[in-house]
Amino acid sequence: MLRKTYENIDSIGRAILSIKASGVHNKELAEVIYPTGEKAFAQVIALDGEQVTLQLFGGGFGVSTDCKIRFLGKPVQVGFSDDMLGRVYSGNGQPIDGGPELMADQIRIAGPSINPVKRLIPKNMIRTGVPMIDVFNTLVRSQKIPIFAKAGEPYNQLLANIATQTDADVIIIGGVGLKYDEYHYFRQRIEDAGSKNKTVMFVHTHRDSIVEGLMVPDLALAVGERFALQGKNVFVLLSDMTQWSDYLRQVANAQDQIPANQGYPGDLYSQLASRYEKAADIDGAGSLTILGVTTMDDVTHPVPDNTGYITEGQFYMKDGYLELFGSLSRLKQQVNDKTRSDHRNIMNAMARLLSESEERVKAQKFGSVKDDYSLRLLDYRKTFQQELMDPFRFLELEDALDLCWDILSNHFKREEVGLSSELIDAYWPEKGKYKILKNSTHE
Amino acid sequence: MSKAKGRVISVNESLVGAKNTEGAVINGEVAYIILEDGKRLKSEVIDVKQGGVVYLQVFEDTGWMKIGDLVEFTGLPLAVKLGPGILGSVTDGLQNPLYELAKIEWFLERGLEVSPLDNTQKWHFTPTVQKDEVVTGSSVLGHVPEKLFQHKIFVPFSVQGEYTIERIVQEGDYTIDETIAVIKDGSGNTQELQMAFDWPVKKPMPFHERSVPEKPMPTGIRILDALFPIAFGGTACNPGPFGAGKTVLQHSLARHSQADVVIIAACGERAGEAVEVFKDFPELIDPRTGKSLMDRTFIVGNTSSMPVAAREASVYMATTVGEYYRKQGLNVLILADSTSRWAQALRETSGRKEEIPGPEAFPMYISTLISAFYDRAGIEKLPDESTGSLSIIGTVSPAGGNFDEPVTQATLLSTGAFWGLSRALSDARKYPAIDRIDSTSKYPSLLQKEEVLYLLELLRDGKTIASNILLMGEKGITDESYIRYQKSELLDSVFLQQNSFDEVDGVTNPERLRLMFDMVKEIIDAPVTIQGKEGIRSHFNFMRQAFLDWNYTQLKDEKFEKQKSKLLKLVKQMGYAEENV
Repeated sequence: MLRKTYENIDSIGRAILSIKASGVHNKELAEVIYPTGEKAFAQVIALDGEQVTLQLFGGGFGVSTDCKIRFLGKPVQVGFSDDMLGRVYSGNGQPIDGGPELMADQIRIAGPSINPVKRLIPKNMIRTGVPMIDVFNTLVRSQKIPIFAKAGEPYNQLLANIATQTDADVIIIGGVGLKYDEYHYFRQRIEDAGSKNKTVMFVHTHRDSIVEGLMVPDLALAVGERFALQGKNVFVLLSDMTQWSDYLRQVANAQDQIPANQGYPGDLYSQLASRYEKAADIDGAGSLTILGVTTMDDVTHPVPDNTGYITEGQFYMKDGYLELFGSLSRLKQQVNDKTRSDHRNIMNAMARLLSESEERVKAQKFGSVKDDYSLRLLDYRKTFQQELMDPFRFLELEDALDLCWDILSNHFKREEVGLSSELIDAYWPEKGKYKILKNSTHE
Repeated sequence: MSKAKGRVISVNESLVGAKNTEGAVINGEVAYIILEDGKRLKSEVIDVKQGGVVYLQVFEDTGWMKIGDLVEFTGLPLAVKLGPGILGSVTDGLQNPLYELAKIEWFLERGLEVSPLDNTQKWHFTPTVQKDEVVTGSSVLGHVPEKLFQHKIFVPFSVQGEYTIERIVQEGDYTIDETIAVIKDGSGNTQELQMAFDWPVKKPMPFHERSVPEKPMPTGIRILDALFPIAFGGTACNPGPFGAGKTVLQHSLARHSQADVVIIAACGERAGEAVEVFKDFPELIDPRTGKSLMDRTFIVGNTSSMPVAAREASVYMATTVGEYYRKQGLNVLILADSTSRWAQALRETSGRKEEIPGPEAFPMYISTLISAFYDRAGIEKLPDESTGSLSIIGTVSPAGGNFDEPVTQATLLSTGAFWGLSRALSDARKYPAIDRIDSTSKYPSLLQKEEVLYLLELLRDGKTIASNILLMGEKGITDESYIRYQKSELLDSVFLQQNSFDEVDGVTNPERLRLMFDMVKEIIDAPVTIQGKEGIRSHFNFMRQAFLDWNYTQLKDEKFEKQKSKLLKLVKQMGYAEENV
């Protein structure tokens, strides 16, 4: 079917173009045709009478008033095929690894969410070997959870660790605003782990337009969802969703939308939610787990704040450590009652004591900590950090739990830890029973 | 009445402009936009402008809509279908039953509409009126058994004036679509009545007779029942940053509150959490009825990835259902999670309409809407002298956890109890992380008034002494103050903190609450003769340990009394097994 081509562009902005046309559909895909014959993609985002507003995948730079716009009569889609595994694509769905174009089915992106009654209650623990995750904030299949971290933290390393050390059938990496070395790092890690043939990458780097960056999560999730519907357990890694939100803000501002908080559009929450909610354990099919990265300076910033209300917890990374306070897994209680009988209780006891020790840290600044119990609390805090908070120390869950008992018994008396007598009788180590400490502070 | 028609003239996400081409348009009526593939998207008129321009808020994704698409107005406002069959069901924000939708599609595709109530099920109807009896709107025609109780069948509430019963069916089994009565007015006009009827969601149902909430509703959560209670017919708000335990608290309230009917309005929140409820509840037995918890529950699962316009509708839909069950003479509890998402939905629409924004870009009228919503709660005296109540507990998700924002502030002004959740408490794993000092309630407690004050005073003292210890160290305060501080810490850890994931400790009935309070009072009133901070702390550690062990024993268990006397001995400082302190 011949599609009509329109000329006489009204306006061109950084990411937005406006033109008069008729018979156009909301969210339709269009081509920008340059006088040289080159083409770029655009998508309709608003209609007002004859006035059509499009967002430009290639950005507005270099678009001229004598470009033509052709509407393609179809929505934005992404190619899907089992042969995608091992391949790398850009934010407009084109292969960028030098490999051939694939014969693929075109599937819709940003489709509706799954009917909640087709979801299963998440019940399967994903073992990561990271004590701060497995013991304190257990990761569960189909969870959506970001890492909150400042820009310089080793979050991509942790992301790659979790993806490659777990039992995912398919890994989809959605890189938004990746620096070239980050992109290279992911590729390298996937190759080294021998996971290349179960991985698809969608990559947007700082050379590409922001609209392509905005597309990446939708492409990654559409493809991931399709694999999940085939019965696979899929891991989607999205890094970095703060940059993604920033692109959203730029496009919203270009449309003269009234900003809500710090210039972000009023629908930031809904926009983030419609992506993260793709995570699901599907009744009668596979599952989709989303691990994101949300870079931040402060947790009250609109992006981490909105994200925290949407995701099922977050891993908070600071100074290279995984922090206990500020981290959360909302699904942990679905699984941590089936691991070992002490798991839940020791997790809480350790946390309570740690929070008590934090108060002593404050008090220490006033020079008022002199009593034996407070000094032991401060010692405990040091041991906790050394032994447990390193995200790159690999321990099986049971060893990590034993280690927790070790730490407790090294610093406290049985009645000081606030655990039931029954548990203490069962687990309190006799001298030298567990001994998993890296470097014991008490001989 | 002739239905109006129109054509689409603009599309901006969920806000669509239409030109009214024929008939008269009513503000607030439902309209359908017909796409070129024949899909019908439901929408609501939210603005009527000059020159026949109408703004519609569309409840579904507007992709593939184009200028000129046909708009069919229905002449009817957005309504909820009321009748037997609501309890135990799960719907989206527009009352589409999710289990029925799932039979058609795995994904929530656009333009699907299913009958809100099962119209194939037969209900056993027993009439309670006879031919020629005089009735009016909300008169009772009879009843059918639904789950745990007799569901009254009413003359639709919208019926005005006096009618006589022209015909009423015999006792028997009928579907909700079958006519069960015919009524006639003075001029001889007749109306056929069925067991279900519609009510516009945004129109509060009038109270037959309203009274003041003053009876506490036991929730099983100690800190609430003792210090910050909610009453039957009362309202409470529960603001807090993410991760402070709002969801766990809501789930606990849904399970253990002593209401007859619980309506969970998941409004723009995580789908997984709604799923957890409707997959778990059928398995859980309500100890008060011996039946599944789902039998008293209705769930509106309008989750965060569903189209934003339906969020607002979902809150009103839940409330209308709540009012209907209150008219049945039942105690209803609505848990709305989260009202902030509803407010944000209003903000999105308002922004697209280019209204002048108020603080944080929320519309200026947000506080009025919030107050009007909470005002739909209350106690109702019914014509048959029975009483029904509707209580509303709304969570608020303030941006950055900051309670000064417009939605939290408007909610605080509209509700009778405030349960402020604190990040510091949740970090310290002191759950429920409800602020012990700043929270308030104007409703009566399960404890005596002076008992509540007595506990609050100790908590305040404890807080003051704690800050002194921070500054001066333990050595800087007297033993006496230190004992007072340890008592407040103990009160917090064994009485106010509660493990909602434990079968026993997770719910405390009023009887046990009384026993526990008496024990706490023993501890607070007991003189401590031990000297020196180490010794005092160790004494309180032993008491805490014994108290926690007691908290985990069943009330009916023989160990319960044993542990209780063991604890009492400790309190009275008798029979210490000398530990090496």
